[in-house]
Amino acid sequence: MMTELSLNILDVAENSIRARATLIEIEVSADMTTDLLLIVIRDNGCGMTKEEVEAVIDPFFTTRTTRKVGLGVPFFKLAAESTGGKFLITSKKGEGTVVSATFILSHIDRMPLGDMAATIHTLIVYHPMIDFIYRYTFSEKSFTLDTREFREILGELPLDSPDVSAYILSYLKENGQETDGGNIY
Amino acid sequence: MKSLEELKAIREKMQGQVGIRKESDTQTRVVVGMATCGIASGARPVLVALSDAVQKKGLSNVAVIQTGCIGLCQFEPIIEVLEPGKEKVTYVKVTPEKALEIVDQHLVRGQVIGEYTISNTIN
Repeated sequence: MMTELSLNILDVAENSIRARATLIEIEVSADMTTDLLLIVIRDNGCGMTKEEVEAVIDPFFTTRTTRKVGLGVPFFKLAAESTGGKFLITSKKGEGTVVSATFILSHIDRMPLGDMAATIHTLIVYHPMIDFIYRYTFSEKSFTLDTREFREILGELPLDSPDVSAYILSYLKENGQETDGGNIY
Repeated sequence: MKSLEELKAIREKMQGQVGIRKESDTQTRVVVGMATCGIASGARPVLVALSDAVQKKGLSNVAVIQTGCIGLCQFEPIIEVLEPGKEKVTYVKVTPEKALEIVDQHLVRGQVIGEYTISNTIN
């Protein structure tokens, strides 16, 4: 079991990377008035057939050969459903996959969101060839990070070079804080 | 909101310095397992501590990279140190504190911390 939802996001996004996605969109949207938290991970990777989609929800399915269980998706599904929320995967072979989960914010079994800045930063700097769009919304406010925009400014300078990496982390932290006013939930 | 102007400034500062980093035969690779098993056991803070320390100490011959499941889930978080010409060293049940020790002892001074290795844990 993960200890925070941001770790589930990191884990599920690794599936997109293994599916050879070149663009991964991650959306986190919390709304205190409707008491809902929505998390969407969308990729343009290799996608899955209907049968494969059904199989990934099964903990005893995995494409890897190093072990026999695959718990990434089941963990995330359980985290959503145990709050009374919903979990959905839609995928099309050759087009990509969308994983979305909703959580009832006030439910006692909802895990804290955790350190989203660390999750997005880790994804970007350890996969500098992949593009990420991260959209974070808290009630009325929101901000977006788009690595394609960064790349346009940086030219040849890679996203994992030290100064750029530090910039990305503080971009995520500062803009996140301004969006949710430092609310920890 | 943090602006993109700052990023432009970084680019200007770094102009001409691109291409300094290169993979070479003398480079040490430090691999962190970041599959479900690793992440659930606390690999993300280990990875962050490790790469921060490597950068702070200016270890330019060390590349910190991540990988999927190493196949030893019960020993996660795992760090593998691959030095050219040497046998692979596998550190198990690593914490951010242990990661810092590994940077100081192993990566800087070249001394393997036997206590944290898998061979010590299994025997």
